[in-house]
Amino acid sequence: MSAAGPVVRMRDVSKVFTSVDGDRFTAVESLDLEVGSGDIVAIVGKTGCGKSTTFNLLLGLEEATTGSIELLGHDPYREFDWFRSKLGVIFQTDRLLPWRTALENARVGLEILDFSEKEQNDIALQWLHKLELQGFEDAYPHELSGGMRQRVGMARAFCLSPEIFFADEAFGHLDQSTARRLREVFLELVTESRKTCLLITHNIHEALEIGSRLVILGRPGRVLADMETPTNATRAEMAEFEDRVLDIIENNEVVG
Amino acid sequence: MASEAPPTALSPAQAQEAWHSRLLGLMAARKEPIISFAVILVSWQIASFFLPPYLIPSVDVIVAAFIEIVVNIGLLGDVLITMGRIFLGLVLAFIIGTILGVFMGFTQTVEKHTLPVLHFIMGIPALSWVVFAIIWFSHVETRIAFILLAGCLPNYALIIHDGIKSISKEYLDMLRAMRPTRKQLFSKLVLPGMIPAVLTAWKVNLGLAARVVIVAELVGATRGVGNKLLLAQELFEMPKAIAWTLVLVAFLLITQLVILMLEHKLLRWRPAKQGGMAT
Repeated sequence: MSAAGPVVRMRDVSKVFTSVDGDRFTAVESLDLEVGSGDIVAIVGKTGCGKSTTFNLLLGLEEATTGSIELLGHDPYREFDWFRSKLGVIFQTDRLLPWRTALENARVGLEILDFSEKEQNDIALQWLHKLELQGFEDAYPHELSGGMRQRVGMARAFCLSPEIFFADEAFGHLDQSTARRLREVFLELVTESRKTCLLITHNIHEALEIGSRLVILGRPGRVLADMETPTNATRAEMAEFEDRVLDIIENNEVVG
Repeated sequence: MASEAPPTALSPAQAQEAWHSRLLGLMAARKEPIISFAVILVSWQIASFFLPPYLIPSVDVIVAAFIEIVVNIGLLGDVLITMGRIFLGLVLAFIIGTILGVFMGFTQTVEKHTLPVLHFIMGIPALSWVVFAIIWFSHVETRIAFILLAGCLPNYALIIHDGIKSISKEYLDMLRAMRPTRKQLFSKLVLPGMIPAVLTAWKVNLGLAARVVIVAELVGATRGVGNKLLLAQELFEMPKAIAWTLVLVAFLLITQLVILMLEHKLLRWRPAKQGGMAT
């Protein structure tokens, strides 16, 4: 990839699903998005606005019906295997494999990359400890609290030292205080890594807390607005900004 | 970094302790089955006082016949032959059933073509297979293996197919985002994901195979529990008929126990079962 070029580039991307009965459903329509290296972008929108489809398109798990998607200059769907170790993903639910301990879950990506067993354990333990999971390395997912499981999921993503981080509603199902703490940890670690990050969420607070840029998606999946999040804003200014974002989402119209 | 509230879940050591106390609880609860079997034994013994011994032999005669089988290597050999046939048939059915189940789980075309046939085969009674086997094959062991295969293979294939289908797509997507090879996907997701189904299939089929093999052994086997039962029937020796049955059941229960122990070891990652409806 060229150093100056965008890390993520979606051009005129659409995704249309066709049901068994032949009914067509447009989940994403003419979506354009560019994310530069090191940017932390929050994609926010109502439930059902095509956020998850966009997420799956970016990960290369689905093929776009039309348009082009490039991550680091490569197509995530057509050049699927090129992305080994390039993407770090934190999902809405922890998605920890229930038959693996915290350590075994954290290192699964390193196993896929064929790291030696010692390297796998060293790296995974380092991240588990950084995420304050000392003493729980050998615990199975059902023996951990929701917040701890999500921390293991984060360790699994950070272990890979990926080029791009994706987080899909990663803190949405946790209680407010746990979610807030984990958001802080996540932002700290992503900032520290200086890697590009795309956060998908329906929670405006979360989007503003983590993202330095806000992309608002409308139904069906298209960009309504793309704006910088205010820095050093007063509480009143922040509230006003939030209201504006809410209005854009409610009106579902593209803002010029 | 702010710390999080301590977990409400158990640590591994606590979980181990919980398992031990559950085990103790289970042993304490053993009095109910003892009572049940004692009631059956006493009722049987009382009945034996009133009915002729060739119909209801007394308990001590049955026990003597049971001991005779267990201590006599030649007779115990018959049990081992039957068990050997069960295992051979099950292993064969397991291998073919697993391959079929995995293919069905991964390929829709195979699934659509094979599922209805398997369900159809499941509906065929074991006795029909016995008749088919007698007509088709002359060799006794081939007949027995065929009957066991026909009876148990669909179960393996269907249960393992279900097991693979029940692996969450969420896990699949999580791993695919890391770009594993097909082999890695199989070893890290499919194989561990289908172990519970494999164990269930073995538990279900062990009982089924024991019932089927006895019928299969009636068709010309010169050794085995089925053959001994046939002899006992021809000579009207009820104590032996019961003793042979009990020996086979005992061996099956031991095998079931081994599978349960294996299950506890392999599935230790599963949360402890919650209480059922009974109060």
